[in-house]
Amino acid sequence: MYWKLFVSFWKIGTFTIGGGYVMIPLMEQEVVDRRKWLTREEFLDYLSLSQAMPGIFAVNMATCIGRRLGGFRGVVSAVAGNILMPIALILLLAVFLRYFRDNVVVERIFMGLRPAVVALIAAPVFRLAKSAKVTWTNCWIPVVAALLIWLLGVSPVWIIVAAILGGLIWGKFKKVKS
Amino acid sequence: MILIRLFLTFLKIGIFTFGGGYSMVALIQNEVVEKNGWMTASEFTDILAISQMTPGPMGINTATYAGYTAVVNLGLPAWEGVLGSLIASLAVIILPVVAMLLVFSWLSHHKGNPVVDSIFKVLRITVVGLIAAAALLLLTQESFGVPGFNKQFVVSLLIFVTVFWLSWRRHTNPIILILASGIVGLVVYSIGEC
Repeated sequence: MYWKLFVSFWKIGTFTIGGGYVMIPLMEQEVVDRRKWLTREEFLDYLSLSQAMPGIFAVNMATCIGRRLGGFRGVVSAVAGNILMPIALILLLAVFLRYFRDNVVVERIFMGLRPAVVALIAAPVFRLAKSAKVTWTNCWIPVVAALLIWLLGVSPVWIIVAAILGGLIWGKFKKVKS
Repeated sequence: MILIRLFLTFLKIGIFTFGGGYSMVALIQNEVVEKNGWMTASEFTDILAISQMTPGPMGINTATYAGYTAVVNLGLPAWEGVLGSLIASLAVIILPVVAMLLVFSWLSHHKGNPVVDSIFKVLRITVVGLIAAAALLLLTQESFGVPGFNKQFVVSLLIFVTVFWLSWRRHTNPIILILASGIVGLVVYSIGEC
């Protein structure tokens, strides 16, 4: 059982490039369709829970599914399987690229890459704004957050703390009103 | 000493990450570039490029690579860098996994709770700003060249606008965009140099 969990999450971690959300279809296919460990409804519940909780989405999913199937040892098997290969690969690349850092070909490639990476970070801002339901009345929240971090050097940690408190007060207020 | 500081730093990054890998990028950047000065903004950008291209969750990849770079940049040997990367990637997942286990049953009972729902709603909106800040902070001269009518700046702007458009509007696969930009860089900057 633990071994199967490990292998499944090893596969999910190794064959998805480009971040947590790309893993969803592969995870669904592996956990729901192939192994039949969960129903599709359970899978969706875990999905929203993993998105809501802090941390890395894929690791949170592995934690949920591991816990459900095999308790604490299940969690360890699933999480370890999920991150083993990515860590090993990155380490190999880190050591290798450090050695070739001053190579002129590598430098030229990276001169082209850097603006692309910044664009790839900027693009999801607009996509996420839609799914997070940012509207004209609440768009000051992300704008102020971004300006505080960018211009005043405020740590994102404080922004998150403020958001949690703000949400808490807003929720209490709504509850009293209704 | 650096290993302990890495551990504590990445513990903090892990528990304050809401909404996936991109918001974690904002936190990691704030800690390793702005606050601790373990690496430059362009070194961090390189790490992001590699983290997006290699398999696995982007948050784990970035933590692993940043942990290694922070240690090796201090002039410490590579094996300590490996240790640093393992510490960073474990630290970043420990608290979220514990939190996940603690609320596993609790949250599913309180899912309809209006207060809990409000908190997550505000968090989701705020995280958008966090990611925007990460992108703004990466707009540096080391990555784009000195502003003005010179080769590197013009090429960088063209790459930026094209990739932004393709990723936002056409949902083009990021791996393809990164590979293509690398090839463009190699070709453009090699012309007239040899």
